[in-house]
Amino acid sequence: MARPNRALEIGTGLFVLLGFAALAFLTTQLPGSGIQLRQSGSAYRVAAHFDNVGDLKVGAPVSMAGVRIGNVESVRIDAREYKAVVELAIDAQYSQIPDDSDAAIQTAGLLGAKYVGVTAGGSETFLKSGSQIQFTQSALVLENLINKLFASIAGKDDKDDTDK
Amino acid sequence: MLSRWPAGALLKLGAVTLFLLRIFAQCLPALRYRREVVQQIYNAGARSLIIVMLCGLFIGMVLGLQGYDLLQRFGSESSLGVVAALGLIKELGPVVTALLFAGRAGTSLTSEIGLMRATDQLTAMEMMAVDPVRRVVAPRFIGGIIAVPLLTAIFSCIGIFGAQLVGVGLMGVESGSFWSQMQGSVQLSDVNEGLIKSICFGVACSLMAVYEGFHAEPTAAGVGLATTRTVVSSAVLTLVIDYMLTAAFL
Repeated sequence: MARPNRALEIGTGLFVLLGFAALAFLTTQLPGSGIQLRQSGSAYRVAAHFDNVGDLKVGAPVSMAGVRIGNVESVRIDAREYKAVVELAIDAQYSQIPDDSDAAIQTAGLLGAKYVGVTAGGSETFLKSGSQIQFTQSALVLENLINKLFASIAGKDDKDDTDK
Repeated sequence: MLSRWPAGALLKLGAVTLFLLRIFAQCLPALRYRREVVQQIYNAGARSLIIVMLCGLFIGMVLGLQGYDLLQRFGSESSLGVVAALGLIKELGPVVTALLFAGRAGTSLTSEIGLMRATDQLTAMEMMAVDPVRRVVAPRFIGGIIAVPLLTAIFSCIGIFGAQLVGVGLMGVESGSFWSQMQGSVQLSDVNEGLIKSICFGVACSLMAVYEGFHAEPTAAGVGLATTRTVVSSAVLTLVIDYMLTAAFL
């Protein structure tokens, strides 16, 4: 044990290195906006402006007719229009999406995650890298819906009262 | 140690605490024995690597299956990543690694030190004015404390990949939402919680292992008994500390 022992030192070094690598992964990759592990290799990017994206997250799927065709690459705010700009990375194999298609932010299940659903339009020209989806539909925010519902009920009651 | 229950438990609690203080006092001087500390990190950490990685993989895979089955009832299987990551980082990683450590490395520490006691090596050191706590106990204690958090981090990482393997590969959870939801929901404080837990468990398990070994009866049966006591007290202590730390972090 007094003599230097290469195997021992290499083994210990490897173990410590592996441990710290794991720790680094846990602290840097998992919390917040870590670097995406998935490389979207052959994909083209289109932008879509939404009034409200709800809690749409980077990496969420983009689907068409229920089939995944890409994922959300970034979500940021347009400082002039005050709208959310969502950049979608769509797999290169789905290159024939009409450019008048519309994008809506939908929810998987009642409590599920938000995703972007694309519905095909009828145009002859297709979306290409850098183009923008014109027709968008914002996320449904449950609280707003409830507010509207209450407002409409209250409005009806008022009318009923004045009618009498 | 053979006295009746309340007094015996109190006696042991006091003895363990005093022994811990004695080790703490010797920790800095013990760092002089660098080779010995490296050797102990190797024994406690590197040699537990295979079992920790294997268990982490399978626990992650089970989490993937069970989590998927539970979450799909509510139609929110895309949250599988969050469930698996938080479960592993905050609870399963630290606790299971500590239990594995107690079984894999703690027992060998106890029997090694116990056998040194039985064959009068510790007494011989004292005769030569070498403090056995400094020369034998403290390096093993330090090795354990360094090894456990690193093993825990490896366990959690492998577990997350195991959950991904089953959830994404087998059950068909969308890979993008698996990772994005995980990254959106796991906070740095969650990782810290797991880290602090694992350090505490490392201290507890290493302490029980060296204490039982150092105070083993110098007979073959005594060493065997001490090894058993190490596993039992490490496991109980780990779970009790886990509850207290979880309550403190909430």
